[in-house]
Amino acid sequence: MKDNQAVIRAKNINKVFHEPVDFHVLKDISFTVNRGEFVSIMGKSGCGKSTLLYILSTMDTDYSGELYLNNRLITGNTPEQLAAVRNEHIGFVFQFHYLLPEFSVLENVMLPAKKLGKKSAEEIEHDAIKVLKMLDIDHVARSKSYRISGGEKQRVAIARALINEPSIIMGDEPTGNLDSKNSDNVLAIFRELAVEKGLTLLIVTHDLDFAHQTDRIITMEDGRIIKHTNQ
Amino acid sequence: MEYKLLLQIAKTHITTRLKQSAIAALGVTFGIATFIILVSFMTGLNGLLDGLMLDRTPHIHLYNEVAPSKKQPLDLATPTLGDWNIVRSIKPRQRPSRIHNALPLLKLLKDNPDILGATAQVSSQAFYTAGALELNGLVNGVNILEEARLFNIDDYIIEGDIKDLYQNENAIIIGAGIAQKLSIGIGDRIQLVSAQGNRITLKITGIYQSGLAEIDNIQSYTNIKTAQRLMGEKANFITDINIKLHDLEKAAPMAQQFARLYDVTAIDIGTANAQFDTGTTIRNIITYAVSITLLIVAGFGIYNILNMFIYEKMNDIAILKATGFSGNDVMYIFISQALIIGTLGGILGLVIGWSCSVLISHLPFETDALPTITTYPVNFDSSFYIIGITFALVSTFLAGYLPAKKAKGIDPVTILRGQ
Repeated sequence: MKDNQAVIRAKNINKVFHEPVDFHVLKDISFTVNRGEFVSIMGKSGCGKSTLLYILSTMDTDYSGELYLNNRLITGNTPEQLAAVRNEHIGFVFQFHYLLPEFSVLENVMLPAKKLGKKSAEEIEHDAIKVLKMLDIDHVARSKSYRISGGEKQRVAIARALINEPSIIMGDEPTGNLDSKNSDNVLAIFRELAVEKGLTLLIVTHDLDFAHQTDRIITMEDGRIIKHTNQ
Repeated sequence: MEYKLLLQIAKTHITTRLKQSAIAALGVTFGIATFIILVSFMTGLNGLLDGLMLDRTPHIHLYNEVAPSKKQPLDLATPTLGDWNIVRSIKPRQRPSRIHNALPLLKLLKDNPDILGATAQVSSQAFYTAGALELNGLVNGVNILEEARLFNIDDYIIEGDIKDLYQNENAIIIGAGIAQKLSIGIGDRIQLVSAQGNRITLKITGIYQSGLAEIDNIQSYTNIKTAQRLMGEKANFITDINIKLHDLEKAAPMAQQFARLYDVTAIDIGTANAQFDTGTTIRNIITYAVSITLLIVAGFGIYNILNMFIYEKMNDIAILKATGFSGNDVMYIFISQALIIGTLGGILGLVIGWSCSVLISHLPFETDALPTITTYPVNFDSSFYIIGITFALVSTFLAGYLPAKKAKGIDPVTILRGQ
C-alpha cells in the first residue's frame, strides 16, 4: 500500500439545516485523509464536527459537494450502494456502544462480515475470535452483549468495526462515555492499530489529551476548518 | 446466504421476545382455527341440507303434464280457410300421464355423454290397506339399484335392504309414516288398491324415512313391473324419467332442449329448488364474512406488536444500517419476522381447527328428520386449509409490511446522534 494515497477526500462540502430555522452548518469543507493516518477532528459543541463525520460516513446524504472514498466518487450513490460501501470500507465506533443486545458478543462482531458474505462462517468466526483476542476480550465472546461492562462493550464495538478490515475507522467521541482508565485503554488500542497495522482512523473528539496522541488534529469552528495541526 | 443471515436476525428477535411473538402468533392461530371450524361445520351442514333436498332430486325430471291439446282437430282440418276457429271450453282428454316412447327415449338418454344416469319410474295413486284401515298413497315403481346409485335412496332405508326388493315382484318398501299408521313392519303383508280397482298383495322388505313427514306418510317403492301390474299397464308404460347429469350447471339448457325434442315436460333442478340455492349462498357469505373479520383482527394484532417492536428496536435498526445493512435488508428482517409469526400461528391454527372439526364430527347429532346421520356433519375439504394458510400469510405479510417499511425509512443519523 502506497503512502499518501487518499482514503477520504472531501471537496467543497456544504450542508444547511432547514429545521427549525435555516442554518448553514458546514461551509465549503475540503480536506483529505491519507492511508495510514490517525486524524482527529476537534472543535466546540455545535461547530459541525459530528455532522461532518456522518456525511463522511455516507449515512447522511443531504449535502452538496463531492465525497471520494479510495478515489471513487460516492456522492449520489443509491442507498443500497452506500450501505455496501459502509459494510466493506468503513468501520464505525460510537460514543455509546450500540451493540445488538439480543446477540452474543461474538455474533455482534460477526454480523458485518456475514453481511459482506465474502468468507465462510467458520473463517468469519475464526477472524472474529482473533480480533477479540487482540483486544483482549475473547473471554466474553459467548456472553450476551448486554451482560458485559461498558469498557468491554466499547472494545467489542471496535472489534466489530475491524472485522471487515475496512479502509477507514471512524469514531464519534468513542471515549466520551468511558472513565479515564477505559478511555486510555481505547486510545491505546487506536494508537496500536494506527502504528502497527497501518490502519486509517478519523476520530471526532473534544478530549484534548486524546487528540494530542493523533498524527493530525483538524480544528473546526463555525462550520469551517480553521487549522490543521500535524504532530 | 444473505437471506439466511437476515432470517437468522429475525429468528433471534422472535426468540428473545418469545412472549410477545407468541401472543401475536396466537392471534393468527385463533383466527385461522375459527375460520376452519366455522367453514368446515357450515359447509358440512350445507352439504347435509343440500343432500337432503338436492342429492335425491333429479337434475332433470321428465314427465307428461295433463293439459289440453294446443291444436284442436278443427285447426288441422281447416288450415287454409283463413278464418278464426274458436272452440270454447276445451278439456284435456282422459288418459294416463305416460311418456310416449319411453323405453327408446331412456336408452337414448343413457347414451348421452353429459348424462350420468337416467332412471324410469312408474308412479301411481293407490290405497294401502291392512286390516280394516285404508290409507291414500303413492306407489313408485323404480329400478331400485339405479335409484340407489343415482339418488342415494339407500341412505333413507332405515330398515331392510334394497337388494330384497330388487327383482322381487311381490315386494314393497313403505314409508315410515305408513308403517306406523298401519302398525306393520318388515315381513308383514300389505294390500294395494289402485285407482282402476286392481288389487295386489305385497310383502314389506324395507322401511323408508326421508325426514319429510308428508312424503313418509304416503310414498312407497316397488319394482317397475309391480307398479305396472297394479295399474294394469304394459311394460312400456313409464310415467317419469329422472336424469342425473355430470354437470349440474347444464341442467337448465338441457331441460329446455329435452322438452322441445321429446315433447315432454322437463323441469330442471334450479327451477325446482331456486330458494334452496339462495339459502346456501347466504350461509356461505356469512361464514366467510365472520372468518375474514377474525383474520383481520388477528392481522391488526401482528401490526401492533411489530410496530411497538420497531419503536423499541430503533437503536438496533440504526446500528444495522451503520454497519452496512441496507433499508431493504432491514425491511426483510421485519417482514420475515411477521411471516414466521404468521406461518407458525397459521399452522397451529390449522391443526387446532382440524382437531376441533374432528371433535365436532364425533359429537352425537340425532334427529328424526335425518335417519342416517348420527353425528354433526363436518366438511374436511382440503381447500379450506389452503385458503386458511394463504390468508394467514397474506394478512401477516400486510401487517408486517407497513411497520417494516417504516423501519426501512428510519434515518440512522438522527438516532445515533440523538443520544
